[in-house]
Amino acid sequence: MAMFQCLGALIRISKVNVNMLRYRAPQIHRLYATAATVTKTPTQAAEQATTSTSTPVKHLRCKTNENVCVIVLDTPGSKVNTLGADVMDEMKQLLNRVEADPNVQAAVLISGKPGCFIAGADIGMLESLKTVEEVTSVSRIGQNILGLIERSKKPIVAAIMGSCLGGGLEVALACHYRIAVKDRKTGLGLPEVMLGLLPGAGGTQRLPRLITVPSALDMALTGRTVPADRAKRLGLVDVLIPPLGPGLDIPEKRTLQYLEEVSVGIAKEIASGKLKVDRKKKPLVQTLLEFGLTFNWVRNQIFDRAKKQVLKLSGGLYPAPLRILDVIRTGIEKGPHAGYEAESIAFGELAMTPQSKGLVGLFRGQTECKKNRFGVPKQNIKTVAVVGAGLMGAGIAQVTVDKGYNVIVKDANQGGLDRGLGQIQDGLEKGVKKKKYSLLERDRYLANLDTTLSYQNFKNADLVIEAVFEDLKVKHHVIKEIEQCTPPHCIIATNTSALPIAEIAKASKNPEKVIGMHYFSPVDKMQLLEVITTDKTSKDTAATAVEVGLKQGKIVITVKDGPGFYTTRILSAMLAEGIRLLQEGVDPKELDRLTKSFGFPVGAATLADEVGIDVAAHIAQDLSKVFGPRFGGGNINLLKDMVEAGFLGRKSSKGCFLYESASKNRDVNPGTLDILSKYKLEPKGSKSVEDLQLRMVSRFVNEAILCLQEGILDNPVSTSVII
Amino acid sequence: MASYVAGSLVKVHSGVNLSHLKHGLVRCFATTNVTWTPRESKKTVVDKTGKNIVFVDAVRTPFLVAGTDYSKLMAHDLARHALLSLLRKTGIPKEIIDYIIYGTVIQEVKTSNIGREAALAAGFSEKTPAHTVTMACISSNQSITTGVGLIAAGAYDVVIAGGVEFMSDIPIRLSRKLRSLLLRLNKTKTIVQKLQLLSTLRPSYLVPELPSVAEFSSGETMGHSADRLAASFGVSRKEQDEYALRSHTLAQQAYDKGYLTDIVPMKVPGVSKTVSRDNGVRVSTPEQLQKLKPAFIKPHGTITAANASFLTDGASACLITTEAKAKELGLKPKAYVRDFIFVSQDPKDQLLLGPTYAVPKVLEKAGLQLSDIDVWEVHEAFAGQILANLKAMDSDFFAQKYMGRNTKVGVPDLNKFNSWGGSLSIGHPFAATGVRLTAHAANRLIREDGRFAVIAACAAGGQGVGMIVERHPDGQPH
Repeated sequence: MAMFQCLGALIRISKVNVNMLRYRAPQIHRLYATAATVTKTPTQAAEQATTSTSTPVKHLRCKTNENVCVIVLDTPGSKVNTLGADVMDEMKQLLNRVEADPNVQAAVLISGKPGCFIAGADIGMLESLKTVEEVTSVSRIGQNILGLIERSKKPIVAAIMGSCLGGGLEVALACHYRIAVKDRKTGLGLPEVMLGLLPGAGGTQRLPRLITVPSALDMALTGRTVPADRAKRLGLVDVLIPPLGPGLDIPEKRTLQYLEEVSVGIAKEIASGKLKVDRKKKPLVQTLLEFGLTFNWVRNQIFDRAKKQVLKLSGGLYPAPLRILDVIRTGIEKGPHAGYEAESIAFGELAMTPQSKGLVGLFRGQTECKKNRFGVPKQNIKTVAVVGAGLMGAGIAQVTVDKGYNVIVKDANQGGLDRGLGQIQDGLEKGVKKKKYSLLERDRYLANLDTTLSYQNFKNADLVIEAVFEDLKVKHHVIKEIEQCTPPHCIIATNTSALPIAEIAKASKNPEKVIGMHYFSPVDKMQLLEVITTDKTSKDTAATAVEVGLKQGKIVITVKDGPGFYTTRILSAMLAEGIRLLQEGVDPKELDRLTKSFGFPVGAATLADEVGIDVAAHIAQDLSKVFGPRFGGGNINLLKDMVEAGFLGRKSSKGCFLYESASKNRDVNPGTLDILSKYKLEPKGSKSVEDLQLRMVSRFVNEAILCLQEGILDNPVSTSVII
Repeated sequence: MASYVAGSLVKVHSGVNLSHLKHGLVRCFATTNVTWTPRESKKTVVDKTGKNIVFVDAVRTPFLVAGTDYSKLMAHDLARHALLSLLRKTGIPKEIIDYIIYGTVIQEVKTSNIGREAALAAGFSEKTPAHTVTMACISSNQSITTGVGLIAAGAYDVVIAGGVEFMSDIPIRLSRKLRSLLLRLNKTKTIVQKLQLLSTLRPSYLVPELPSVAEFSSGETMGHSADRLAASFGVSRKEQDEYALRSHTLAQQAYDKGYLTDIVPMKVPGVSKTVSRDNGVRVSTPEQLQKLKPAFIKPHGTITAANASFLTDGASACLITTEAKAKELGLKPKAYVRDFIFVSQDPKDQLLLGPTYAVPKVLEKAGLQLSDIDVWEVHEAFAGQILANLKAMDSDFFAQKYMGRNTKVGVPDLNKFNSWGGSLSIGHPFAATGVRLTAHAANRLIREDGRFAVIAACAAGGQGVGMIVERHPDGQPH
């Protein structure tokens, strides 16, 4: 049973998930963070079902002051509001009341939760639907209720604070006016595409009418979340509210209250006609664009370009973005009625695709990996020391220091330290440019960074991550040095891609405090962190490592110690087959194409270059010693020859490819081709693309299942989350 | 409104004959040198310096809205007038001055040590050193307290402290790129090199850099932060407009009654009439105030041009020495400088809460309570900021959550609060305000027959000051 589950999960990885991560990794990440609590356990859902029958109004409450009805959405006992059937039902009732009550002139729709307006549709509800027709009908019901908002004669103002995603944004779009808080938590987006769906409650129709079509396409196709100030520039939001600081109440609560006060005032002004909302009056550029869109030729230009981009990014593996393009185009060409109809049908059909189900599964898997299954660590980690200021070490330091930790970076020589500090400075500079943090925050983060040649300040360290050269002797030496200077509670994590942690831990006085933390290069971009526990590693040590990893913004999987752990092991198995294919005459570029078209984010040959041919050779040798012929296939000597020739991959500018120019189109390294010709083999069997792909992937999958069987992995969820 | 009218009337205490003040006969009576003895049953404050440092007297130029009658001057011209006027008013020989400390915020690059330039221009001895301090809106509080420190340390006996701000002319800079190009141009030797370099000039280089009253750390303008602050404390637009009106009304009354004796009229070259009064005081109607649009947060903000302090030109100066030295020189000091404290907090969300943090600390240091204070002089950056501070001081929640106190600070008696107007109406030349506050505090103690005054102010950078002055028995109100 587990085998099947795992296999299913793995097919998802390769086909779908991998690409998704490439497709907008940071946004997905954020979406998952906000929608994390969407998942309801069956018991919770049951509880809610029973309570909702006893009290008809559970999620929404409303109060009317000065002729404005304030509708507060606040699902009890949950961190977020989601749109389920019961919420929509309550909303419908309230909207009818607003329409009917002569004392109400306008309404404000606001959330009772500062961090979340509406995080989207209830995914659990969608998952429970079994047929295309059922999902389509849910979409129609949603469209109808939002239609009530849109058609209401009384102005309805959306007051947005916190995440306003998916169905949440669709509700806001149906309102007549949108006011949003300009803080870091507030973001608007239509992330449905990342679940293989499309916005099914009118989003595909209202968004391109409110903002320019290219911006709407960008939002709907990428699923990106736009911050409030950008939403204002796009025309998505009408007024921004600055977040408030300390005052007579907790800042978030007071900000929410302030948002309500301002929204009520504006709702009144709209109702009285003092404030006129004229959606026909648009910026000149938008007007011109809309004029252009009346011509088929212009529409073709815009939509074809978008389609090309979609195909380029998704490799044509996903139906959702293409359907989104179709549905939006239908709405523009044939009017909203046809648009809504197309939207609900497409929504139903997409929900039943394996891609969508796979993406929802991945979403849940990632949500799972955001939790620390080892519990809360006893020691509060304040200071993290990193040994080795190389690419890895500096990368780890960067993602640690910009999360507010004190960080000590120790290296053996000044040159290495300077280079590492430079890398961290550049990394934080990028963070400022991307508006992740302000200049002052950057400066203050850097003030918490101590670069040093000595172990002296390790006396303050709570966690040491060593990222020195991958050599057991060196690691032993460093661990002994570290332990001479660290306090007894300090945890030592070793960053290695293949050396057994138990072996490394032998040098330690406290093996229960030793753990593996396997980062992936470049650390600031790769989201995965593999935490490796040995038999001796204590639970608290594991809890601490996972805690720090999560705070670093990583998706953390925890695995048991074993040769190549998990990630390295399954990739090596695949790489062995890749080498074999090279030997059989497959060109490195062709090998990349094969793997990428299957769904991997990086081609196998490029991956080898990124990892480093020397490292790959080293690992391949170690693993084939342990696992024997299962890791055979390719000839290891091929890698060794490459290492001897100095073709170490990207770091030496030469590997399978040449990395001399800044261009993205890499040329194959002719030197490597020469070496390949020495090891040439005659291909046997089928040479169809699919067969070649399966030859690699099946080894990858087999190894993953063995990992699960051997207990390296705790559960199949971790399997599927791997890049 | 009734409250501040009452506050502006002078209280009459038994045993002290100051009832004449009620009749507007200030000037003639003031010259008769009535000596005052402190009331009994009041606390005493321990003199920490052992020298009884006194605030002898202070002067200032009239404070003018930027871009009006001072606009052709330079900053040091105003400072010169203040320094010279102080000498004339106190009658002290310039050789006696040991040291000058002067504040400024927006610096004129040519006179970066403006204290020295102004002293030279005012004909002070070349042997009197001067330095310049900057601490945003509390710069001249800093000059006073630096002076106190120098005297306490035994370095000097007689110090002039003051500050100047000149917003009619501010340093607008060339763009960084153009500056860099010009600096490199300096180093070129041949015409060809010069031309080569000049050929790299791009139109974008010509966009100038304008200074703004914004925090460097957060990039937020002060008005924006103040508007958020007012909202945090639920201060309404109406409350702010009412407070602004109060400030203007009280400033007008104080001037009419002749209380603002710190002003020294100035004959400005090129301006025919002598400038003799502050020109920003404007008592308007609530309806007029209500009409104004928000200036910073639009469309729903509450801070307008009328309930915010305006950009102002002006300079001030005061004389500080020891009580013994004052006596030796035959001076009649107005007040003792008893205690002070500077505070700082989050420059983004608590930018303007300095008074809330500083007041309880300075009172505690001096061993006084809110009820011991007869005169409050608090800098009015924005009406919303004053009201937010008052609400913060009245909030147990705020005291517990952000100040580490068990209970709220407590609210000053509004009848004793800025009853001669404040920065909103009189004007706020950033670095000159601290001395103006101290002068008003000292003069009000005398006219209102009080003993202790608190001076408090907020400043950019999330900083603040609290000072305590005690009335000196020799003090005269003029």
